[in-house]
Amino acid sequence: MSNWLLIIYCGLITFLTRFSMIALLKKEMFNDRIREILSFVPSAIFPAIIFPAIFLDNSGDFQLENNPKIMAAIIAMLIGIISQNIIATIISGLASYWFLIFMV
Amino acid sequence: MNNKFRVFLKGIFDVSPLMIPVVPFGLIFGVLSIDIGFSPIETMGMSLIIFGGASQIILLQLFSGGASSLVIISSVGAVNSRHLLYGAVVSEHLSDLKLIWKIVISYFLIDQAFARSNEYLKINKNKNKYFHLLGGGVTCWVIWQTTTFLGIILGAIIPEKLGLSFAVPLTFLALLVNDLRKLINVIVIIVSGLVATFGFDYVPYKAYIIVAGVTALLTAAILTKLNKKNE
Repeated sequence: MSNWLLIIYCGLITFLTRFSMIALLKKEMFNDRIREILSFVPSAIFPAIIFPAIFLDNSGDFQLENNPKIMAAIIAMLIGIISQNIIATIISGLASYWFLIFMV
Repeated sequence: MNNKFRVFLKGIFDVSPLMIPVVPFGLIFGVLSIDIGFSPIETMGMSLIIFGGASQIILLQLFSGGASSLVIISSVGAVNSRHLLYGAVVSEHLSDLKLIWKIVISYFLIDQAFARSNEYLKINKNKNKYFHLLGGGVTCWVIWQTTTFLGIILGAIIPEKLGLSFAVPLTFLALLVNDLRKLINVIVIIVSGLVATFGFDYVPYKAYIIVAGVTALLTAAILTKLNKKNE
């Protein structure tokens, strides 16, 4: 599949999930139970991007020693839990990562 | 002042504070996309056609890992399934609109605009209240396109040594900070992360995001059920 076709399909599926929320869904289609479970979607999907990017190297092998990403992610997570602030989380993680690779 | 325009401005005003995190997200997307090998026009095309941060980053991530188109598209669908959650809430306010307006609003509707407009839609009876959603959506659109463009330019001059790709897990981590305070969410997060990490090499077709997501959602279903029984 060409890059453009891939981009268009990804755009279509993104549009359709949004469109369905406006045009097709009715309030009674979702009971409280389904809404409750759907509210876990970010917690269920985002870590599948976060964890491999931190613990695996480019070839997919575990990288647990000499890995500054682990410490930087822990610092970012702690700052995030305390501050509840998206920008503070990203900046503290990047700053500690750069500190670890350039200064230590 | 025209009533529609005033509601539109109100939407811009209300959504603005939520736009601050969008700036680094857009820059990172632009930089990474060029880094991975997409052309500047394709990168701009992604932001114009898809217009969704998480969807676009997942596309980059899986594309650079060599995943098939089918897996990429279904993973994008999986990350977007959270939008279905909003449907039950917002559709009742927009049911009288013409189809063309529903299509336009669907394109512009992103998490941030939804979060703000939902509060506005609930308390207002104004028949032009949907312009609030448009105001928020268009604001985010302008910022997303601008920062993507700046990221494309920066991508050519930022040294690879900076390891900016690390900003991707950080950005998603930042989106979960509210959930890190809730026990069930923390368990779901750990299950998803472990399944994805250990399944990275073993789940066929790079479908690890989908497998991890489904496993973690099932975990959430079980835990919330157990939690209710204990109450």
